[in-house]
Amino acid sequence: MSEEPVIIPSISKGKAWVFGDNINTDIIIPFRFKSRTNDPYEMAKYAMYGFDPDFHKKISKGDIIIAGRNFGGGSSREQAPVALKYAGISAVVAESFARIFYRNAYTIGLPALEIPEIKGKINQGDELKIDITKFVVENTRTNETFRGREVPQFLRQMLLGGGLVEYYKKYKQFPWIQTQNSLGKS
Amino acid sequence: MQTTSSPSSSSSLQQHEEMRNLSHIKNVLDDNSLTFSEKIISIKNVETYNKKSTTISRSGDIVVVDVNLAMAQDSTGPLAIRSLNEMGIDSLHNPSEALLVIDHTFPAADEKVANLHAMMREFASKHNCMLVEGSISHQHILEYLAAPGMMILGADSHTCQAGCVGAFASGIGSTEVAAVWATGQLWLRVPETIKINISGIFNKGVFARDMILDYIGKIGEDGANYKALEWKFSNEDIRNQFSMDSRACISNASMECGVKISVFPVDVITRKYLDENPRINNNSSDNPNMKQIEIHPGNSAEYLDEFEIECDKLVPYVSGPDHIDIVHSVEELENVEIDQAFIGSSTNGRIEDLEVAARILKGRKVHKNTRCVVTPASVRVYEEAIRRGYVETYLEAGAVFTNATCGACVGTHLGALGDNEICISSSSRNFIGRMGALSSKVYLASPATVTASAIEGKIADPRRYL
Repeated sequence: MSEEPVIIPSISKGKAWVFGDNINTDIIIPFRFKSRTNDPYEMAKYAMYGFDPDFHKKISKGDIIIAGRNFGGGSSREQAPVALKYAGISAVVAESFARIFYRNAYTIGLPALEIPEIKGKINQGDELKIDITKFVVENTRTNETFRGREVPQFLRQMLLGGGLVEYYKKYKQFPWIQTQNSLGKS
Repeated sequence: MQTTSSPSSSSSLQQHEEMRNLSHIKNVLDDNSLTFSEKIISIKNVETYNKKSTTISRSGDIVVVDVNLAMAQDSTGPLAIRSLNEMGIDSLHNPSEALLVIDHTFPAADEKVANLHAMMREFASKHNCMLVEGSISHQHILEYLAAPGMMILGADSHTCQAGCVGAFASGIGSTEVAAVWATGQLWLRVPETIKINISGIFNKGVFARDMILDYIGKIGEDGANYKALEWKFSNEDIRNQFSMDSRACISNASMECGVKISVFPVDVITRKYLDENPRINNNSSDNPNMKQIEIHPGNSAEYLDEFEIECDKLVPYVSGPDHIDIVHSVEELENVEIDQAFIGSSTNGRIEDLEVAARILKGRKVHKNTRCVVTPASVRVYEEAIRRGYVETYLEAGAVFTNATCGACVGTHLGALGDNEICISSSSRNFIGRMGALSSKVYLASPATVTASAIEGKIADPRRYL
């Protein structure tokens, strides 16, 4: 358990992997695999197993998942965003996210950008650039840029810090403590 | 600010604080403009450590709340423990509010699982927190811990089940549970609410599960994503057909349309259930945290949407395969051949579910081409099934009766599916590969429909057997 934690840089470049609606957590990582290990690199071997058991071999570091509505529905398993991050995925951009997946993605430091207008604008294999300090995705094929839905400042800080564990290691406090009540309106 | 160590002045400060909290709670409870979620979050909202907020929280606000119970199970707990260790946090805020449950793959199906279970036991022993083995977490929480007005978070999506007793109960991730164990608090967004008015009496062969499957079929698998559901009965006769088991089924299965919480009103059925099943963590005293408190939504609260369900118009339904919101009447799918019928899980593995399965199986046989697996949701349900003679009935019919666990529902042991196999199940989900092979198919239905199907070896209408 002494593996290096993966921290996503604020700017990433990679190829688009385009998915449809309702990609649930059992597709992202089936229970029987995620429940038998506590090692994120082992979890990564099963990323998107329900779509293609060899997905983790086919992607390159920095690649980005583009999805439709309700990405990550179903289980609360934090192993879902962990498997994607440790497999090399640098961000998930979706028309919408299921609630717990969205929380978990920020908690473990996987950028999750909600962009409803992304629908139909990105093809499989397009080269993308994502900047999480600005919350924008650029399609270098079409030169179009898309802005992700705002999230509260403390979530942005947690994401840029590499997730909750890394944030806590650095600041010795939880990011929502500094500004509690209220942290804003969504 | 005056700083003194004199005990009398610190206790008067404390009294002042408690008065302020109690008056805030009264204001919130009397505020007719608030939904259930707005009320409970206004009560649990904190300004800083140990200081309650007196602001009113509205839908869309993001706040930090006090949490009364935080749970992780054997497929999420090890990651929570790992996160705590990595953060270097060595003590828990309140071990009596931390719960670890070994339920998903219990008893361990292989050495990898066994080692993760051992890690949980060691952690629970070191920190003196609650550890439960061999009952599904949500059922254990219902039987022993959940109470009206509690804030319950868990690293399991179906944590929302505890809404059946009027608690705010919701699923979160493992590392978030670690943060709650460390501090007793977490950030939350106050959800918008959909109010669902229930009228009509169920026809024969139609159950709570049919009602929630039909609802999800109508609003879709993300139809209530981020939202709270508030269930409301139109009168006492309607209310009386929803036992605590039925309410638990609905609150649990509500997860399949994305809910944050799914909450029932606290009424005579809730109070009777709580009287008959005493809480082992009773904190009803005059604790200003008011862990047990009946919260009723205000009459003029603002809802995002309202929905009407007429129970008398419902029939037995079957959902799937692959997607929860593909819902057909059982008649449309009759004759789909099955390899396995599974009665169990936190959605439908309670005594009411085992009762209908036993009633249908009594004096009949499971079809020769079909396996029928019955898995109770908890040790208490297991014992009750033995006491009532159901287990004998299952065994005589040729069904398998297992220990209490999540088991087949998550395709990990005790009923996993092979290539191209078809299962009808009372469990929570029918996602691709949920119960085993990616090419297997899962249909979801009430325990009555699942049992009727086990007898016929194909999807079957339970009304013939009731």
